[in-house]
Amino acid sequence: MSKIIWGAYAQRNTEDHPPAYTEGYKTSVLRSPKNALIAIGETISEVTSPRFSAEQFGPKDNDLILNSATDGLPIGERIIVHGYVRDQFGRPVKNALLEVWQANASGRYRHPNDQFIGSLDPNFGGCGRMMTDENGFYIFRTIKPGPYPWRNRINEWRPAHIHFSLLADGWAQRLISQFYFEGDPLIDSCPIIKTIPSEDQRRALIAIEDKSNFIEADSRCYRFDITLRGRRKTYFENELV
Amino acid sequence: MNGWNFQELHETPSQTGGPYVHIGLLPKQAGIETFDYNFNNDLLKNNPEGQHIRLEGQVFDGLGLPLRDVLLEIWQADANGVYPSDADFQEKQEDENFQGWGRAGADFKTGIWHFNTIKPGAVPGRKGSTQAPHINLIIFARGINLGLNTRVYFEDEAEANAKDPILNGIEWVPRRQTLIAKRSEENGEIVYRFDIYIQGDKETVFFDI
Repeated sequence: MSKIIWGAYAQRNTEDHPPAYTEGYKTSVLRSPKNALIAIGETISEVTSPRFSAEQFGPKDNDLILNSATDGLPIGERIIVHGYVRDQFGRPVKNALLEVWQANASGRYRHPNDQFIGSLDPNFGGCGRMMTDENGFYIFRTIKPGPYPWRNRINEWRPAHIHFSLLADGWAQRLISQFYFEGDPLIDSCPIIKTIPSEDQRRALIAIEDKSNFIEADSRCYRFDITLRGRRKTYFENELV
Repeated sequence: MNGWNFQELHETPSQTGGPYVHIGLLPKQAGIETFDYNFNNDLLKNNPEGQHIRLEGQVFDGLGLPLRDVLLEIWQADANGVYPSDADFQEKQEDENFQGWGRAGADFKTGIWHFNTIKPGAVPGRKGSTQAPHINLIIFARGINLGLNTRVYFEDEAEANAKDPILNGIEWVPRRQTLIAKRSEENGEIVYRFDIYIQGDKETVFFDI
């Protein structure tokens, strides 16, 4: 076989994602298009994406326990989160930019618009970032976030979660989502999680307790893998050019 | 079981970026000084080739009110129509001073966002066609379950726009206009205004890419 010629990304399976209009999540009602999305044949614009380099990042960018600490350690459960990013065909996604953000152990965000009574932690910022390695592996360290209340229905509570964002090889793979923690009873009642139509896909956002990777007298560990869209190979006509 | 053991994976499902998306993606806007190097909306920082422009606008909801918590990213080719990406398959020299990507948050009070960038060159389309100059744009926010993809074209490229394969693929001709940014000059600066209407009569075209 000669050199691989990459074709387009496989079509996004819309049934694997929340629809835009989901009335149980009330903010979506006025922030969802009425028209159907218009599908386009991918071009060079959709299969390319920016490069980032690890040199742009600081040594503590993936260490949320230390990266905003000022006069001590943040309060809360010490955890490590790790896993692999791969495409739908199982290939590792290398040098992808993974960014994360979250509340502190009280469920309070360091954001001007968050007025929840849960206390701020002067030693916790809540953001981190990293690049996947040659195997698609990533790892970061943090404080397990607390659940927090929000006004959807009046007594709505989000399960503990960490937001994440991926920029990988193609603009078509651009993805923002959230992951949750195994065993959290709030997962079953969350209207944001319920926007996802299938049980299997909802489960795909739950990080699993990774006991053998706990570090004694230090940190527990969760395993969470991420799947992005993948490109097909081209063996006959190449319509991208 | 059907005896066929090939198992393709499913893409990780999307969830909303939520109201505090800035903490992770634009920490300075949330007042967080954790990182030394921060991403932003200035694509001119390394002085790339090309005509400098300011791209600005607002994003409106179904009541016509601006989203003041929206986050936008753009992805575009350089002045010669080359994407600074390993996946660009043209055998042309890229502008090494251009990253082609930027990120902006709307102002918390006014909802106005902007990017400082260059006007991109034309890029190839499928099957030997040529696309009009355009900027790829995606928006994330509270209430948006999956990032919305659109494209920004330029009002002063009418001839190229008329031949653009993506614009021409929009069957409802009047909707094509929602993707054309309006040009003006302010104190010698070239400004393209691009307002995005998520829902309603003036609804912007969004793509499944």
